[in-house]
Amino acid sequence: MTITDDRTDTAAPELEIGKARRRKEDQRLITGRTRWTDNIQLPGMLHLAMVRSPFAHATITAIDTSEAKAAPGVIDVVTGADIKDVQGVNANAWPITPDQVTPTHLPVAVERVACAGEIVAVVVARSAAAARDAAELVDVDYDELPAVLDLKEAAADTVLAHPDLGTNKSAFWKLDSAEAGTGGDVDAAIAKARADGVVIEREFRQQRLIPAFMEPRSVVVDPTGEQMVVWSATQIPHILRFLISATMGIPESKVRVIAPDVGGGFGGKLQTTPEEFATIAVARRLGKPCKYTETRSESLLSGHHGRDQWQKLTLSAEKDGTVTGFKVELLADMGAYVAIVGGGVPVLGAWMFNSIYKFPAYQFNCQTVLTNKTWVDAYRGAGRPEATFGIERMMDELAAELGRDPLEVREQNWITHEEFPFTTVAGMTYDSGNYEAATARAKELFGYDELRAEQQRRRESNDPVQLGIGVSTFTEMCGLAPSRILGQLSYGAGGWEHASIRMLATGKVEVVTGVSPHGQGHETAWSQIVADRLGVPFEDVEVLHGDTQTSPRGLDTYGSRSLVVGAEAVVRAADKVIDKAKVFAAHLLEASEDDLEFKAGRFGVKGTDKGIGIAEIALATFTAHNLPDGAEPSIDADATFDPDNFSFPHGTHLCAMEVDTETGATTMRKYVCVDDIGTIINPLIVEGQVHGGLVQGIAQALWEGAEYDEQGTLVTGSFVDYTLPTAADTISFITDHTTSPSTTNTLGTKGVGEAGTIASTPAVVNAIIDAVRPLGVDDIVMPCTPERVWKAIQAGQAVSHEGERAAAPHFDEATPNQDPGAGSPSTTTEGSDQ
Amino acid sequence: MSRITVIVDGVSYTDEVEPRTLLVHYLRETVGKTGTVVGCDTSNCGACTVHLDGTSVKSCNVLAVQADGHEVTTIEGLSENGELHPVQKAFHECHALQCGYCTPGMIMQACDVLKNNPNPSEQEIREGLEGNLCRCTGYHNIVKAVQQAAGELSSQAVSS
Repeated sequence: MTITDDRTDTAAPELEIGKARRRKEDQRLITGRTRWTDNIQLPGMLHLAMVRSPFAHATITAIDTSEAKAAPGVIDVVTGADIKDVQGVNANAWPITPDQVTPTHLPVAVERVACAGEIVAVVVARSAAAARDAAELVDVDYDELPAVLDLKEAAADTVLAHPDLGTNKSAFWKLDSAEAGTGGDVDAAIAKARADGVVIEREFRQQRLIPAFMEPRSVVVDPTGEQMVVWSATQIPHILRFLISATMGIPESKVRVIAPDVGGGFGGKLQTTPEEFATIAVARRLGKPCKYTETRSESLLSGHHGRDQWQKLTLSAEKDGTVTGFKVELLADMGAYVAIVGGGVPVLGAWMFNSIYKFPAYQFNCQTVLTNKTWVDAYRGAGRPEATFGIERMMDELAAELGRDPLEVREQNWITHEEFPFTTVAGMTYDSGNYEAATARAKELFGYDELRAEQQRRRESNDPVQLGIGVSTFTEMCGLAPSRILGQLSYGAGGWEHASIRMLATGKVEVVTGVSPHGQGHETAWSQIVADRLGVPFEDVEVLHGDTQTSPRGLDTYGSRSLVVGAEAVVRAADKVIDKAKVFAAHLLEASEDDLEFKAGRFGVKGTDKGIGIAEIALATFTAHNLPDGAEPSIDADATFDPDNFSFPHGTHLCAMEVDTETGATTMRKYVCVDDIGTIINPLIVEGQVHGGLVQGIAQALWEGAEYDEQGTLVTGSFVDYTLPTAADTISFITDHTTSPSTTNTLGTKGVGEAGTIASTPAVVNAIIDAVRPLGVDDIVMPCTPERVWKAIQAGQAVSHEGERAAAPHFDEATPNQDPGAGSPSTTTEGSDQ
Repeated sequence: MSRITVIVDGVSYTDEVEPRTLLVHYLRETVGKTGTVVGCDTSNCGACTVHLDGTSVKSCNVLAVQADGHEVTTIEGLSENGELHPVQKAFHECHALQCGYCTPGMIMQACDVLKNNPNPSEQEIREGLEGNLCRCTGYHNIVKAVQQAAGELSSQAVSS
């Protein structure tokens, strides 16, 4: 049931959908007429600076605020004790098990801090500079406590991140295909393969990352007037409003949250932050508008981090390459607190580690663990990049073990296009896809065979610069999420989305959406969708969002849900507008509704040239002079859409890396990706999402990592040390698409926001390993810096890993080794160097 | 406090500033040029890039007092007579921005790159923009936009 064709052939020229419309959002952004939260100035507004703990774990014994209070321009200095009953709490919205250990996360610490950067006092002054100066004068006495920083040590419970909780283990979550009835017994499959097949065992590190959106977070709170107004650089104004109300005891109807122009998020602004709650508490205490804008160093330290897992993976296969089982054991670092969806992020991997493959037996185990580091939550892809990295690295390892082409081994195991819809071993039903088509196109664009031939020549000539080819054939689950499934997982909210369409008397159309863009271009894409649906000009559609007063219902933007769920709500609202308008059209045309057809914005009477435009009907309902008896004079409509299923974009990414074996330096030579994201609304926006996603995923492979020292101090706390890629580090990409429309929404869309990030990391690492595998390297810990690559080459068959740990390609040392070459791995120990 | 006179986007302003005030804070908080933004505290990101006497500077790396007697152009003063600058136009045409936060600095830096090298190669563009970070676009379309603007600027130069 899959249609695969070239995107460029599907776009009918007269339709908006499929057109590379330039964005409506751009004009204000390229001319500087923007409204970032930090731009907002209100009369009498006060400025906040945070006093933060320098210690990873400590008891607060005393806070002397007297000197700070006496400093010029200072209005107040507020400690946790001052606001302990009114500051609310940073809630966890997704307890992954009923007995999850969840430490209370106060916005301003009262007695104890559990990670460096926690807020201990708030300085309020007449200017931001005065507040920051005085923050240096707050004298806090701490009694330092032992801190647990290493994830594996934390899992052993020798030092406790929160002594009162008695354990660092937050929750254990398991999916077993035999128990669930979705597949066989994974341990039996592995045991069988040990006897007469192939077993691949690897442990991979998903390093800690920082989302590093470009706009530092900022919040302005105006408590004057009847309703408190909160402007925040957030992805989730609606969820923030709910949680302000739920945890601070303020009626929801008295809270208005506005996300004005928001400068990127990538999951990093999918949070209700201590800074937001502290600013609200202080603004209410003083009765004055207050603003807090973080510095970049504060952003890197105290905005949530992402990833941070150890992945212990066991894959069993028959000797012909058919995979028989896959077992996943994760340790996931939550940091000091279980953030809003912190526990749930690694659990999303449960449905993704099996990826595009037909594994007969599967088991996913996830242990979440508390440490004394910054809390961890969603970062672009959230659980899916980690899973994709794990499985795509393993499929390459299997191919290497068998001495076969990695694409061929994948194809042997993947779901063929005739098999959709396909229910996986993890219990998900993939609606559509065509892995063969995407792969064929990617190989063609990449020049796969030619590059393989070049690789062979370079190997044979012992070229000091070796060429590697990396493969990543990924899928992901998008469109978060069917509320029914969220309920089964004890998630604290639903996954629906809301939209309203207002037909204005002047012929303009206002579209109110519950999703909250921060760079994605929803104003443009939604305008294209509505223009087609209602037959109105693209220019006449205005898209409103990000303000709980104009957009009272919504669940915001994350998890590639906006188009798949949010725009479907818009489509349904538009269809209701047409249904309502039809009644008026029939009345005004003096025709039967059955004789009307709606096309290109006009109701026509079949077989005649009589007709009326939808704008004329909007005007007729505004004047309401001549309407059917008893009719309500409006064709405006609302819709709330709750999806039945996720959507499953997929793609084939191919990466060529050159590795200088003498220096360890790596250079990206070529990157091709062919993504199937269903129907494309705006190819320009889609390409932009793919490019940006690719670079974030490539950055995980090559450059980025949040590193702590042994005291628990973040040593990558500025852009000097947390090394985002620049234009000079990256290359231009070759992107294309195949299209298998999703069957779970009207438009056939699947979501594209996270695809590039999810797919690219393993493609890059696989390419580097492929280049140096003949030199005895089968893993390099990310980020694959020249130093690590060079050391890995030097160590030959060693596995380069963090910490003092012997490389262990086989977990069960009593078991006969399947890989004669890896029988006695030499040891490379690798500190968290960069 | 020090008294400074600075021409910002063609208008002369005279203000008292603290000697430690950074040019970016003066522009944003005193003059109200909020189109220019702050993205880091270490002069790595370039979001605050403006032109000082026609040359790009990171305005977090310049004290307001150093701008005394000089001319500053921000993103808000780049278009002339309501007509977008070719670099602004190219950023729009090539979808070289998403969230738009780095965009003012990126555009100001791109103008400077093209002023010094009207016909840059892709690599020269990439190196010219190395001091400006973008987290959304992966730079692909930014590079394309600068190439397109280079073409337009040089054809303008030929026709004038």
